[in-house]
Amino acid sequence: MSRLETRELVIDVPRRDDGRALSLSLEPGQVWGVLGPNGAGKTTLLHTLAGLRPPRRGEVRLAGQPLASLARRQVAQRLGLVFQDSQDGFPATVRETALIGRHPWLSPWQMEGGADLRLAEAALSRLDVGHLADRLVSTLSGGERQRLAIATILTQAPRLWLADEPTNHLDLHHQTAVMSLLTEQAAQGRAVMMCLHDLNLAARWCDQLLLMYPDGEACWGLGADMLVPSALERLYSQRLATAEIDGAPVFVPVR
Amino acid sequence: MRQLSLPLGVLLSASLISLVLSISVGSASVALPELWSVLGGGGEALSRTLILELRLPRSLSAFAVGGLLAVAGALMQVLLRNPLADPYVLGLYGGAAVGALAAMLASMGGLVISGSAFAGALASTLLVFGLAHGTGSWTPSRLLLTGVVVAAGWGAVITLMLALSPADRLPGMLYWLMGDLAYARSPWPSLALLLVICLLLIPLGRSLNVLARGPMQAAALGVAVRPLEWSIYIVASLLTAMAVTAAGSIGFVGLVVPHMLRLLLGNDQRLILPACALAGGTLLVLADTLARTLIAPEQLPVGVITALLGVPTFLYLLYRSR
Repeated sequence: MSRLETRELVIDVPRRDDGRALSLSLEPGQVWGVLGPNGAGKTTLLHTLAGLRPPRRGEVRLAGQPLASLARRQVAQRLGLVFQDSQDGFPATVRETALIGRHPWLSPWQMEGGADLRLAEAALSRLDVGHLADRLVSTLSGGERQRLAIATILTQAPRLWLADEPTNHLDLHHQTAVMSLLTEQAAQGRAVMMCLHDLNLAARWCDQLLLMYPDGEACWGLGADMLVPSALERLYSQRLATAEIDGAPVFVPVR
Repeated sequence: MRQLSLPLGVLLSASLISLVLSISVGSASVALPELWSVLGGGGEALSRTLILELRLPRSLSAFAVGGLLAVAGALMQVLLRNPLADPYVLGLYGGAAVGALAAMLASMGGLVISGSAFAGALASTLLVFGLAHGTGSWTPSRLLLTGVVVAAGWGAVITLMLALSPADRLPGMLYWLMGDLAYARSPWPSLALLLVICLLLIPLGRSLNVLARGPMQAAALGVAVRPLEWSIYIVASLLTAMAVTAAGSIGFVGLVVPHMLRLLLGNDQRLILPACALAGGTLLVLADTLARTLIAPEQLPVGVITALLGVPTFLYLLYRSR
């Protein structure tokens, strides 16, 4: 089984005390939301979980093995990461960019085949960017790029999704579409962990929440248990008003 | 998947045509039938000497040097993720030039000049990489900046050497600095290196495509970034050192050939790298043919011709690109 587990993990945020070590487990079928103010270490956490930066202490285990002991290619076959922003390197088309998701699955001598292309095109259509397949990435809007980034990971087809603010730049409809896609992935037996700034999206779509405080403190658990207004107010240093709409709590900042 | 064979086939034919052209054109023209019989092992003694000992080695050297520079440039651009990177950007040429000029000042012969240039190039590579590595990790911008500053330092040393050298040595030194294939020795080591490296790069092509999107993205997609970056750096340095040793500084090929091909063929390194080898080689063969025929019996520095041919072509392609 593909589960991602942290053991006494302390992420390496420069000039910060260790705070609370994380010992949690991302199980198939779960949707985790990571909440916290700017600079709380949400991105650092995702990068550490993906093995892109070393932890200060503790370890991350992927499917029972220490992440650091696995080859990058093996990690990439199981774990995909949607970055918060993508760099523009050399010009590339939308289709080429989505096809990059097949990289961990192909041997060095293999070219992308018809099956890979079909996966990429299906992912692009799923994210509503299929009609842009021949466009250069540099000509896309912020929201279109974000959807392309998610389509690339969908093409990669990992068992574990780590997504850094996947709804960035998206309009309301596409925010909902992306959240449905991610929860659907979890329903199919994959696991998802995402950083979010929108409490209401987190309240509505995530079943597990991790709250990260700027001083390194953290707490985690079932979504329903974590969405305590007083805890959230302390998290963001912001007074909140609460209501219930459509069966989920809604949080609105008080002026 | 995009066709790889068509563009490579076209470029291969262009390479062969340019080689035949450069061998048959010159102070004494060689007709095609004569050329065939010489290459087949027959022909007159005079033609045999002209072709096999003078023109063919020079043309093949030009081809190899052009190919080496273009491939090195394409690799440097991926490594530094900077479109302005060229094979000389990391101060390698300065080191080679100082080595070569020192050997010339000491009245050494051609072989020592080549060896000294090669040693200078590698020393400069190690210096830049060591300094950029410093106490922590290196980033492309840090590597680039170190290279540019070291190159400026070499530039000052070169100027100093030119200012202090006796007048009768100056023309030879200046020609070396401008790039001159008349110094080229046997083309085979360069050609062999070019072929071997192109074959070695084929399985790395897709990883390079991913690396061009940034190291974090590449690592997340399963590329072992640090070993790959080290290998590219070493390979590109070796290619450049070989080219500089054979022909001095020939600017422009390494910067512009990869960009031209990217504008025409897209950004797949699996296509771009072999295409660079062929197109870079073709460009330099044509440029060298012009350099030795335009104002024959005098010769022009080949670097001037590569720039005069390349600049308008490149600007035109850039202008009409999307």
